[in-house]
Amino acid sequence: MAIAGATSVALLATACSSGGSGDSESSDGKITLTVSTFNEWGYDDLLDEYMELNPDITVVHDKAATSDEAREKFNTGMASGSGLADVAGVEVDWMPEIMQYEDQFTDLTSDSVEGRWQDWKTAQATTPDGKLLGYGTDIGPEAIAYRADLFEAAGLPSDPASVAELFGGDSSTWDDFYDVGDQFMAAGTGVPFYDASSTIYQGQINQVEESYEDPDTNEIIALDNPEVKDIYQGVLDHAELSAGLSQWSEDWVAAFQNNGFAVMLAPSWMLGVIEGNADGVEGWDIANVFPGGGGNWGGSFLTVPAQSEHPEEAQALADWLTAPEQQIKAFQTTGNYPSQVEAQKSEELAGITNEFFNDAPIGEIFAEQADRISVNPYKGPNYFAINSAMADAIARVTVDKTDDADSSWKQFEDAVNALG
Amino acid sequence: MATSTASAPVTPGSVDDPRPPRKIGFRQQLGKWDVKLSPYLYISPFFLLFAVVGLFPLIYTAWVSVHEWSLLGGQGEFVGMENFQFILGQPNFWKALGNTFSIFVLSTVPQMIAALIIAAMLDANLRAKTFWRMGVLLPYVVAPVAVALIFSKLFADGSGVINTLLGQIGIDPIGWHSQSLPSHIAISTMVNFRWTGYNALIFLAAMQAIPRDLYEAATIDGAARWRQFRSITIPMLRPTVIFVVITSTIGGLQIYDEPRMFDQAGKGGSSGQWLTLTLYLRDLGWRTNNLGRAAAVAWLLFLVIIVFAILNFTLTRLIASSGAKKDKKGQLRVSASGAAIPSAPSPASTPVVETSPATGEPGSGTDGTTGRTAR
Repeated sequence: MAIAGATSVALLATACSSGGSGDSESSDGKITLTVSTFNEWGYDDLLDEYMELNPDITVVHDKAATSDEAREKFNTGMASGSGLADVAGVEVDWMPEIMQYEDQFTDLTSDSVEGRWQDWKTAQATTPDGKLLGYGTDIGPEAIAYRADLFEAAGLPSDPASVAELFGGDSSTWDDFYDVGDQFMAAGTGVPFYDASSTIYQGQINQVEESYEDPDTNEIIALDNPEVKDIYQGVLDHAELSAGLSQWSEDWVAAFQNNGFAVMLAPSWMLGVIEGNADGVEGWDIANVFPGGGGNWGGSFLTVPAQSEHPEEAQALADWLTAPEQQIKAFQTTGNYPSQVEAQKSEELAGITNEFFNDAPIGEIFAEQADRISVNPYKGPNYFAINSAMADAIARVTVDKTDDADSSWKQFEDAVNALG
Repeated sequence: MATSTASAPVTPGSVDDPRPPRKIGFRQQLGKWDVKLSPYLYISPFFLLFAVVGLFPLIYTAWVSVHEWSLLGGQGEFVGMENFQFILGQPNFWKALGNTFSIFVLSTVPQMIAALIIAAMLDANLRAKTFWRMGVLLPYVVAPVAVALIFSKLFADGSGVINTLLGQIGIDPIGWHSQSLPSHIAISTMVNFRWTGYNALIFLAAMQAIPRDLYEAATIDGAARWRQFRSITIPMLRPTVIFVVITSTIGGLQIYDEPRMFDQAGKGGSSGQWLTLTLYLRDLGWRTNNLGRAAAVAWLLFLVIIVFAILNFTLTRLIASSGAKKDKKGQLRVSASGAAIPSAPSPASTPVVETSPATGEPGSGTDGTTGRTAR
């Protein structure tokens, strides 16, 4: 009987023990740190370098395919109290959600990072009582990427300077942008102007200071905000300019290879994506212009969750990774534009060009566009959910073509009301 | 002798007359307990494990579902049935329920038919039997995510292989991702690709347990192959069919991987064209961080599955009582299909039948094989 009892207990113990997390400290005093990122942050070489500099530390890199996927993993890890990386990458869109639970994170305030970022970037990761929860990695200043060969075929100017002028130069507006689209379509090359209506929406909503939520109360104002409705309507009024693709979809990726569209809004981190998908396609170039006065799309932070067993080492690693020197290297690899003031002003960055985009001086272009960012849009705890409902609403009209603007807006209203 | 009674429990070794029988009594008691309790202890690992990984989550989910519960923030106020009320009032819930049923039917029915046909073909005298049998299991070995990646290339709306082929024979491209029914068909295709071979093998195992005498007798009576299949194979397979239907019902109602991987966002389409209950659950719990509502959906799904289980159970009993009747000798007479196959003359047929295929054990199948090849 005793044996039977012991066996069942042992069986149970085996069954339960598999859930525990692995040892992060081996017998010889070496420490293993995990870093989680998504898409492509250009960290592979940097982490190798860090391990060489710190022989006692092994860094394991956990890379998720998309920001959505990373967010899900992150929330699950946070909810269950285990499984988060020691240094966890967080995108600005879901940063507000986790800022509500500040005691789950290490306060990263330190003298060594004083004044490292622009104020608005630091503000996005600072709690009301002054705790710094994340070190800024990159930001997403935007320019316009275009196919010079397709512009030429449509009888439009095709060199970067004239294209920037065509879009309206420094005073470019979204109406200018749509006008160029109309001209392009009028030429009848059969190629749609831009890839997806939702990206054009995204470019504009990132320029609205108070879009979905009231900054003071976090009350949802998305449905009554005329700015939101106007942008939505404007995008759908010009649906004929769109290739009708849904961003990141199979068809979207395939379209890079067969002249699927001529123009894309290009936040700096998008360059790596375009280059990867359009491998072997010639003619991509970047115009130093962005409608509506500059804009920021995306950008991320490195946080150190409180569940980390080695918060000090983790903070040191995050500090090192987000130092200007390292972020300049990341920019060279993948185009993730550094958020560090010093990096943005450096000579080294200004000299960086990109071969794929016709040797465009991307360092210079994005530095200029970063300077033009004047709005810091407020993103509250429901931003992510509302924005994803909006992406659905636009896709219903432009991708699936199952609804018109009005009926799709009604479904958007239902989705937003269901959040409450 | 007041002192001796007091010291008795402390030093049981020093004994008076009345002690020994008592001690033996206790040993007997131990022995009795051993006989009575040990079996329960032997089977307890399953029940303990079930309590930990089955029962506890079930009850805990119920607990979560009656609270306001944020994924990140944890437990909030007790709200009673409010979460359930909210869910039942959401058009998306009903849409998800409909989609789940639609995908379930589209995947289960063709799958059963195809699996039966494949099993019948494998049951025939083929060369390189093992090769074919392993071959049909191959799709099952492929990870669902890999399957989804391959099929997303096939079913892409604009650049997909299938729409390109359809275009070449002059058919308009189908909106696999924009229309509801085509998306269900595409997802069902993934499910069928993965599970048909697996079910075919289960059917094959059951088919091989069917006594060959029945076929011999039928051949002598002049029944052709199709008639034999209809009147012997199918009725004899009933218990296995029911087993397979039940497992694929449970699997089908909980379908997640395939619809999740059907596009990049995994939200079930921009207007929920292929939003299933599990996707809806995940959307509530992980996109809007409302675990309370997600738990309510989980419980509703649980109830739906229970309803289906009861339906299946009654169906099983109906078929068991009307389909195959055993007479006292245990011989099988097939009556429901009206085939009136005469009871097999050989005594060998009597003990086989009925129970072993019902469990779907591969063991029963191999027995059948060896039995047959020996003959």
